[in-house]
Formats: sequence, structure tokens, C-alpha cells
Amino acid sequence: MEPLKNTPLCAEHEKLKALMAPFGGWNMPIQYEGIIAEHRWCREKAALFDICHMGEFHFKGDIIASGLEDVFTFSVKSIPVGRSRYGFLLNKNGGVIDDLIVFRLADDEAMVVVNAATIAKDFAAISARLSGGEFRDISAATGKLDLQGPLSREVLSGVVGPEIAAIPYFKFIRTKVLGADAIVSRTGYTGELGYEIFLPAEKSVDLWNRLLADDRVKPAGLGARDVLRLEMGYSLYGSDIDETTTPIEAGLETFVNFDKAFVGKEALLKQRAEGVKRLKVAFDVTSRRSPRHDYEIHFEGERVGTVTSGVFSPMLGCGIGMGYVNPSVATLGAPLTITHEKVSMEATVVDLPFYRGGSLRS
Amino acid sequence: METYFTKEHEWVKVKDGVASVGITEYAAHQLGDVTFVELPKVGKTVKQFEVLAAIESVKAASDIYAPVSGKVTQVNEALDERPEIVNEAAEDAGWMAIMDMADPAELQKLMTREQYDEYVRSLG
Repeated sequence: MEPLKNTPLCAEHEKLKALMAPFGGWNMPIQYEGIIAEHRWCREKAALFDICHMGEFHFKGDIIASGLEDVFTFSVKSIPVGRSRYGFLLNKNGGVIDDLIVFRLADDEAMVVVNAATIAKDFAAISARLSGGEFRDISAATGKLDLQGPLSREVLSGVVGPEIAAIPYFKFIRTKVLGADAIVSRTGYTGELGYEIFLPAEKSVDLWNRLLADDRVKPAGLGARDVLRLEMGYSLYGSDIDETTTPIEAGLETFVNFDKAFVGKEALLKQRAEGVKRLKVAFDVTSRRSPRHDYEIHFEGERVGTVTSGVFSPMLGCGIGMGYVNPSVATLGAPLTITHEKVSMEATVVDLPFYRGGSLRS
Repeated sequence: METYFTKEHEWVKVKDGVASVGITEYAAHQLGDVTFVELPKVGKTVKQFEVLAAIESVKAASDIYAPVSGKVTQVNEALDERPEIVNEAAEDAGWMAIMDMADPAELQKLMTREQYDEYVRSLG
């Protein structure tokens, strides 16, 4: 095992007495004052997350000639400069090597933002598919802070400048943050109005403390982040999707463009024609019990699937979760029973997102 | 009123053969935000160290064991609506059940406050 890696903010987390735990090979803050308090602060005010562990790759070159256009399940060439797009890097079987976002920095320049635990395999897989251009892993040099919540626009405008206030969802600007070249993107993983800020790693501590000096901002850990993302029904790589699951099984076909070439396309077309053996569904629980990863899913007494993510939703006041089930029970309203050892809870298949009150598009 | 503790981090306060039962502040802190408490049924009879109730937090699901044998006569129904009371006052308003204690001699198998504090320190 490699030793755990620390982000540039490790000493700040210790000062804040965060509970730290391993995540994707990194020593990360799970919570500060408490997961539910941090979750609520994000839904009502502005929460600051250390996301320096995530990976960033930089590409420069001709998008078509280099082969970059055919690497992901979406077209890079058609992303307008200043916009970003979410989708997948697949293996030949259509399994998800990673879910990621590509930022179109310029006509011949792009940034790929990937999950922390998958940086090495993503870089290898993408590199192997490129036949030109310069492709670099800039993860270590790049800091990433997420400021999320209904007050994030006001707060960030005060620190970065009023120009950030006009950024629409899934657009970004290149600007100066605390004197350094940075990217401010209107994206996130919480369902709230929010920003992801990419800046030189050595500036991370300055920005972190500058934002926390505003009393509308509190730090939030990965515990709250998991509750926030699940209330929105966002998949977590490694739990809900991985190399054994396809975007079709995961119900994420909308992020796959079948009008272009990409690795894994043949497998997905075959799966689409023949039908899938399992489908990801979302369900809410009739009590405050929490479904959890690996709990069993039953329908009319038969085992039909497995939970991949589950939490107690503070916004809904009940347990919520996602999991893969036999397609025959993947219908809205289907009654499920979730079990684990002697724990049992009743649940119902529902539509996503679970929580619809967020400030995401405000 | 004397308070005794288990290695599984339950407390029991005893007065005139009546025992009130809950989990310790240390346990509540370890669990993090409590989201659900499965209280026992009134009338349930349980033996010492058997499962009495269950608790879930944002981090984990765990069982709560009976510190003494006896019959449950009352449960803290406030926890159905507000399980977070366990985080706010684990050793007071966060009590879970009141039991008629079957055998006071069982208390000798439990720890005193001093012994429990020492035990928690040993857990690091």
C-alpha cells in the first residue's frame, strides 16, 4: 500500500480539528462540526470543500488529429470554449473507467477533471488513446476548492470580483484569484448554486482561509458531500459506477453520444439492442433507517439486487439510496425491501433527484 | 443514584430496582449524528448483554445491548422524532429505556464511572 497522500490543506484541517479518514488514497476531512450541520449549512448558506485530491489533466493540440475527440462518450470538439461537459471514459466492454468533466479552455486546449482514486489509470488510458498533442497530469500543481450553497455567489464575488456573478451553469471563466491564474467554474456536486475553483496548489491555503474569514462560509467534509450528492442522485465513482457497470445500466445514457466514435461504443450498442441484465434505480425508505452500500434488495420475497449508495436524507427525513436491480422491478413505485443481517426496511422506487429544492440553477 | 457502564458503551442508572438505560457520550460522539433509534417494545424481557435496541448514525448502524436483565417498562418516544437528542444529551435526555431490573447482582459485572473513564482512555 502506498502511504496516504495529503492535500495542501492538511494542516488547516488539523487546526479545525477535522475528523480525517482515508478516501481514494488520500487523507481527507470527513467532518468538522458534524455531517448534518455541514450539510444544512451548504443547503442554506455556503460550504467550503477541500477537493485538492481530485485530478486534473491538461491537453494542448488538435482535438481531432490527436484522437482526443474519440476518447470520451461525448464530443470535446463541440464544447464551446468557456464551457464544460460531463461524461465517461469507458473500457472496451463499456465499463466506466471514470466519470469526468472536460473544460474547453481554448480551440486547441482542454482540461480534464477526474476522480482522485483513478488519476493514474485515467492518465494511462487517455494517453494510450492519443496519437498527438501534449497531454500532462497537472494534478499535483493544481489546487481545487469548491464553494457551494445559495450564498456562494455573493461570497465569491467579494473575493474574486463581480465578473463571477454572471457565470451560467456549466460555464467557467479564466481569471485571477488572489493574484494567481485560476479557473472559476459554475459546477459542483451538491445541487446548490456553487463554484469549483482551480488555482495553483500553493495558493490553496490562502484562498481557503480568505473564504473561511467570511462568516457566511463554513468548511464541510466528504461526509456532508456524500449526503448532498446522493440527495441529488449523483453517482459516486467506485460505489455506484465502476468498470463492471455501463452508463446504460446506470441510467446515464444521456451522457453518451452515439453519433460519434468512442471506446466501448460497440459494447453499449450491443447492450442497448439486447437489453441490460440490471438497472440502477433510486428508492426512498419509509422510515429514518439508512440503506447502506452492499445491503440486499428484495422484491416480493426474491433477491433482485444490491444497494450501491445510501444515507439518511436530512432534507427528506427518511433513508434514500440507489442500487442495481433486475430490470423487471426497475419501475417507479415498485415496492422494495432492503435488508442486511437482521435489519430490514421498506422502500419505494422513485424518480431522481430526491431533493428538488436546491439553488443549483438560481 | 448509581451509574454503571458496559464495555459496549451503554450506561445504566439504578434507583430502587428501576434502571434507566442509554448510550454514553463517548459512544454518541463516535457514532456522529444519530439519525434513527429503534426502541424496544414496552413489555420486552431481555437478558444482560443481549440486544436491547438499535441505533443508526450518518456513519454506521449498531446494536445497543442491555446492561442488565429485566423487563422494559417505558421507552423514550421523543427519540422517534428527534434522535439527535442522543447527540445533545446522551447520558440524560437521550435515555432509551426504563427497565425493571431482574437481578441487582448483575451490576457487579459492570464498570463504575472511574473504571469506564479509564477504559475509554485506554481506547486512545
